[in-house]
Amino acid sequence: MKNKILPFSVIIFFGIIFFIFYKGLEDSKIYTPDINTKKEIPVFNTKEFFSGENVKSSIIFEIDKIYLLNIWSSWCVPCRQEHPFLMNLNLDNKVNIIGMNYKDNFKNAENFLKELGNPYKEIFTDLDGTIAIEWGAYGVPESFLIYNNEIIKKYIGPLNQQLVDEINLFIK
Amino acid sequence: MKFLRFSLIVILFFSLSSLNAEENDKRNKITKNLRCLICQGQSVYDSDSEFANSLKILVDKKLQEGLSENQIYEYFKTKYGEWILYDPGLNKNTYILWLLPILIFLIGGAIILKSFIVKK
Repeated sequence: MKNKILPFSVIIFFGIIFFIFYKGLEDSKIYTPDINTKKEIPVFNTKEFFSGENVKSSIIFEIDKIYLLNIWSSWCVPCRQEHPFLMNLNLDNKVNIIGMNYKDNFKNAENFLKELGNPYKEIFTDLDGTIAIEWGAYGVPESFLIYNNEIIKKYIGPLNQQLVDEINLFIK
Repeated sequence: MKFLRFSLIVILFFSLSSLNAEENDKRNKITKNLRCLICQGQSVYDSDSEFANSLKILVDKKLQEGLSENQIYEYFKTKYGEWILYDPGLNKNTYILWLLPILIFLIGGAIILKSFIVKK
C-alpha cells in the first residue's frame, strides 16, 4: 500500500503542473495595457509648436475642462486616417483638442496641418519622445481623455467612428 | 614641465573616460532589464524602435538627475506597470513564480531521501 501512494502522488503532482502549463499556453502573450485607470497627468515643460516658446503643462490643462490630448506626427500613416475624426470632434467645440507633435520635423508637420486642417486648440512639441513616456504612451497615434487633470481614458492607436461616439458620450 | 603637463592631461583623460564607462555600464544594465513594450521579446537595450530610443534618453536623464537604479525602475513601473521589468519583484501576482521552483526542489529532495531510507 505504501509503495503505491508515492508513485500515485508523483503522477498527480506532475499532472497538476502539466495542466497549469497547458493552460498557460492558451493565454494570450500579447500585453494589453491598463487603459481605464485614472491617473494624474504628468507635469512637464515643453515648447509651443508654432512659436517655439517654452510652456508649462499646468498652463495648457485647466481644471474643470475636458481635453483630448492627441499624440501625432506627420510621418505616421495612421495619424492621417484618424485626422478627419479629430476635425469632426472639433466642430462640436465641446472638447479642447491638444496636439503633441511627436519626434517630427517642423516643416513636414506644418504641411500636414495645411493639407488636412488643424483641429488642435494648442500644439506642443515632443522632440525626443520623452514627454510621451511621461504620459505612459506607446507610440503614435495615441489619445488621452482628460478631465480635472486626470486621465479618464486612453486610446491606443488611431481613433475611429466608434471611439469618437464613445468620446461624445463622455463629453455629454 | 612639458612632461608634467602632458601626464596631467593623460591622467585627466583616463579618469574622465572611466567615469563615462561606469555610467554607460549602469545605463546598459538598466535598459537590459526594461522590456520594449511595442517590440515584445526584446529589451529596450536591444531595440532600435522609436519607443526604445526615447526610453534610453529618459534613462540617461534620470541617471543625470541622480536617481538610483531602483528609483528608475519604480518610475517606469508607475508609468507602464510591472510588465516593463524583466526581473519582477515578489508580490501577490508573482509568488507562485518565485516559490514553485523551491517547492519542486523540496518535494524532489524528499522523494529521493525517502527512497534512500526505504533501501536501507
